Amino acid sequence: MTRPDPTVPVGRWSQGRVQHVIATMLRAGVFLSAGVVAIGGIVYLLGHGGDVADYRRFHGEPERLRHLAGVLADLREGHARGIIQLGLLLLIATPVMRVAFTAWLFVRQRDRLYVAITLLVLAILALSLLAPDWETGLAAHLRG
Amino acid sequence: MTTLAFTLAVAAMSFGAGLLGALTGLGGGVVLVPMLTLLFQVDIRYAIGASLVSVIATSSGAAAAYVEEGYTNIRIGIFLEVATTIGAVAGGIVATWMSTPVIAVLFGVMLIVSAWFTRHPRDPWLIPTRSSPLALRLGLEGTQPGPNGPRPYFVRGVPAGFALMMLAGLLSSLLGIGSGAVKVLALDRMMQLPFKVSTTTSNFMIGVTAATGAGVYLSRGYIDPALAMPVMLGVLAGSMLGARLLLRVRAPLLRKVFAVVILLLAIEMIAKGLGGLHDPT
Repeated sequence: MTRPDPTVPVGRWSQGRVQHVIATMLRAGVFLSAGVVAIGGIVYLLGHGGDVADYRRFHGEPERLRHLAGVLADLREGHARGIIQLGLLLLIATPVMRVAFTAWLFVRQRDRLYVAITLLVLAILALSLLAPDWETGLAAHLRG
Repeated sequence: MTTLAFTLAVAAMSFGAGLLGALTGLGGGVVLVPMLTLLFQVDIRYAIGASLVSVIATSSGAAAAYVEEGYTNIRIGIFLEVATTIGAVAGGIVATWMSTPVIAVLFGVMLIVSAWFTRHPRDPWLIPTRSSPLALRLGLEGTQPGPNGPRPYFVRGVPAGFALMMLAGLLSSLLGIGSGAVKVLALDRMMQLPFKVSTTTSNFMIGVTAATGAGVYLSRGYIDPALAMPVMLGVLAGSMLGARLLLRVRAPLLRKVFAVVILLLAIEMIAKGLGGLHDPT
């Protein structure tokens, strides 16, 4: 049994259109995030351009910037690093959106196996992005 | 040096890395991490985080162009992304255990191995005549554009491809690279896909893998916005220019230069790592 490529015509969506949507989604995500990062970068340099830079010591990012809620809070206060971090989150979201769209394509084709597979990928992605502490807990647990 | 000077210098060097990566097709991440750690003395974890971010940006941009060409096999991509994302999450966990000197040594070894593999292409006449049962059941077969319409191709070696993809994901998160070379290896040699299908599908997967790794790094605080900003923007600009220049520059000569550069970087990374092992700070 062969399955059609998800980009083959389904309903009013031609193969070209599907490919175009995916491509546009990816490009828009990259440029939007780059724009936000650039704005944040300019604000950051305006405020901190004269500071001395030292990246030798790893001291971890402030707790607030590690999670979405913290980043949004930082943003409200107009901190440049928060703006940049938001841009980075948008960038990470771009491939995620692409996978979600692919899931929808498989739903259209009623391909249950691949809907399941795609949702699995999304679940793993969500796990890494939204629930980071379980991994540290797991790592600590495995170490004994 | 001041933050402004540092930012501009990093952006400039990242531009170069992105340009070189796009021209040689070998990825800027591979040059980026050594450049940041050796030249700018950036802690390797910060460098890896910033590199992963730039990998998402460049691969997504390239994937946009490739998808429209019609070579990307989306089913293979999605199916194998299960493997790469699992590997990427595992890589994030392993990165917590590993000391940075060991990561540096591993990085150097990876450089040498990938330099070796890019010099030895697969026999072009090893084309499968039919697909494996597993590949058929998963519907992984596809077609590639041809002068007389779509030409079908066959797929084999699914378990081996899956296993190698997990390794690709692991390395991506651990070293801050796209692992495009490993992915192409899996698709090209294990699953015996046509080369253009391998390269485009591999590229399709890189973004998701890097996003998984980046998610882990972000939540561990390994991504410093002040560093990721010039790196991401620099690499993005460089790779865009590189993609445009691609047709005008002679690729084989560039690859030879790149291979030499990679070997030098590998030696430096290993030396730095080994030095770090004796003198942990």
